[in-house]
Amino acid sequence: MSSPNANDVTPIVSAAASVSPGGNQSAANLPDGPINAAHWDAIAASAEFKALLRAKVRFIVPATIFFVVYYFALPYLVGYQPQLMEKKVWGSINIAYLFALSQFFMAWGIALLYVFVAAGWDRTAAELIRRFAGR
Amino acid sequence: MTPALGMFLAFVAATLIITYFSARKTSGASSYFAAGRRITGWQNGWAVAGDYMSAASFLGISGMIAFYGYDGFMYSVGWLVAYLTVLLVVAEPLRNAGKYTMADVLAYRLSARPVRAMAALSTLTVSTFYMIAQMVGAGSLVKLLLPTVPFNIAIVGVGVLMIIYVVFGGMLATTWVQIIKAVLLMSGSIFLSVLVMKHFHYSFTEFFEAISHVTYKDKSGVEVTKDFLAPGLKYGAAVTKGYGPLDLISLGLALVFGTAGLPHVLVRFYTVPDAKTARASVVWAMVIIGLFYIMTTFLGFGAATILTPSAIPNDNMSAPLLAKALGGEIFFAFICAVAFATILAVVAGLTISASTSFAHDFYTNVLHHGKEHRPGQEVKVARITAFVVGAVAIVLAIQLASVNVAFLVALAFAVAASANLPVIVLSLFWKRFNTSGAVIGLGVGLISSIGLIIISPSIMGIDAATVDIAKRHLIQHDAIFPLTNPGIISIPLGFLGAFLGTLLTREPSAEALFTELTVRANTGLGAEKASEH
Repeated sequence: MSSPNANDVTPIVSAAASVSPGGNQSAANLPDGPINAAHWDAIAASAEFKALLRAKVRFIVPATIFFVVYYFALPYLVGYQPQLMEKKVWGSINIAYLFALSQFFMAWGIALLYVFVAAGWDRTAAELIRRFAGR
Repeated sequence: MTPALGMFLAFVAATLIITYFSARKTSGASSYFAAGRRITGWQNGWAVAGDYMSAASFLGISGMIAFYGYDGFMYSVGWLVAYLTVLLVVAEPLRNAGKYTMADVLAYRLSARPVRAMAALSTLTVSTFYMIAQMVGAGSLVKLLLPTVPFNIAIVGVGVLMIIYVVFGGMLATTWVQIIKAVLLMSGSIFLSVLVMKHFHYSFTEFFEAISHVTYKDKSGVEVTKDFLAPGLKYGAAVTKGYGPLDLISLGLALVFGTAGLPHVLVRFYTVPDAKTARASVVWAMVIIGLFYIMTTFLGFGAATILTPSAIPNDNMSAPLLAKALGGEIFFAFICAVAFATILAVVAGLTISASTSFAHDFYTNVLHHGKEHRPGQEVKVARITAFVVGAVAIVLAIQLASVNVAFLVALAFAVAASANLPVIVLSLFWKRFNTSGAVIGLGVGLISSIGLIIISPSIMGIDAATVDIAKRHLIQHDAIFPLTNPGIISIPLGFLGAFLGTLLTREPSAEALFTELTVRANTGLGAEKASEH
């Protein structure tokens, strides 16, 4: 099952249904027929796809938990610990403002990290589509 | 002709030219509803920013900071962090699995008709509430900025322009109106921020020193000095009978989970060629939106320190008045024109998402079982809907002109977070999820957020006889629910409704399609392609 050819279901796509009107021939010169259940199942069953899903969960779940906790710490502390948040740390600037400002950099940081990590997922996804659906 | 009117007319002329060329390029459903899916990443990023940064953020948040200091800045933070939910959870699966609307994702494996009908109802509710708030805001703005133009004329003007953009230019024209508006808004804000810093000799020390000692006359005419950088002026436990902090958390929940359920934001991801570009466009939008909300520091605290709250007649006027004080008449005119452009772009975005949902979800899929009887029917229905939505919005905005409608924006976010987001997330990630879960989840989220708002202090309250009629509460009775933001209750209710609703029935067909949806959402196989030209 782990060999790529065993999972390659492209021949199932019938030649009769091949070229959709105006459709481009894909780079691999495979027929551009309708996608069917076999394609989805073959990808879903592949080890690479399962690894892709695991990788996504491993990044997205912790990242989401982190940003939700980090963000809600702000209204919580501002609301319930105002004395702490009013402490001036740098000239007239207090913890509350710095913490609020840090949220912007937190959001940009996670977004940037996500873009880098997701670029790898794009390659895996493209490879899966090429191998199992020939397009 | 005043400079403000002149600049606004220049913006209108530019957008009408764009609409003319967009109309000539627009043929077919994918080009009308999704701009042919040929918008690039940076373009869509600017358009998302333009769609999202409403008058509520530009004028409203600046005013909130000018009056309440730090607590106003809390809004700015939530409005950006919300995009992490869009980026990490919703944008890419939506682009891969859907076609034109949010409901496409739900209908992928659930029973199309009930789910689409409920989703269309939720979309129309969110869009209409949000739009009325924007249009009433536009009317009041005109009253303040151009005293010579009557309120009703201003509303009709905004409504007619938005109808023209959407009916003739479709998504392509709407996109470019949003891009231009976002560029104008960013330039205006950057320039105003620089002027504020120039006032403080480009010294952050001096600027923040001034913010921590704002001296002004409060409502009773007594001179007070307050630290505007300290939290609690609006949501502090002391000024809100103890409910303020909880209200702030509830608002945060609605923002962080509502943005990813706003139909007019979601449809933007169908205008790009693929999920990768959708991701890039969220990141572009986050950079633009983040920079803008950081600048509210200068716009808001600048107004608080340079003008002082006692010199600002109305919370929406702080940014334009600051521009006048620092940059003179011409810059004031420019900022006013930017404010109008802001409202126009947002209402156009709302109109196209509402009319797309009606035509695609309700007309084609609910009434006609997903089949178009004649080619072009769906687009035709969308155009008629856009016209009707525009007309209804004009009438409602004129009718509600004297009512305080600020709560409608909070309501739109609460409905999006409580009704839309739970069902989108569950349909993507929970195999067992089914039609009854989606319908009940949407219904519970919608009803609970609207119901809680009705019994909240936004609508209920007893006013003194001296309070101006326009500012009175709609129901003269003590509020039953103590928070102005229902999210903290209605979002869990929405999830719970979707969960329990699912357990009521079993739907093998929905479970069978889960594999297909997962593969499609995560790889983009079978996703809608960009048009050839």
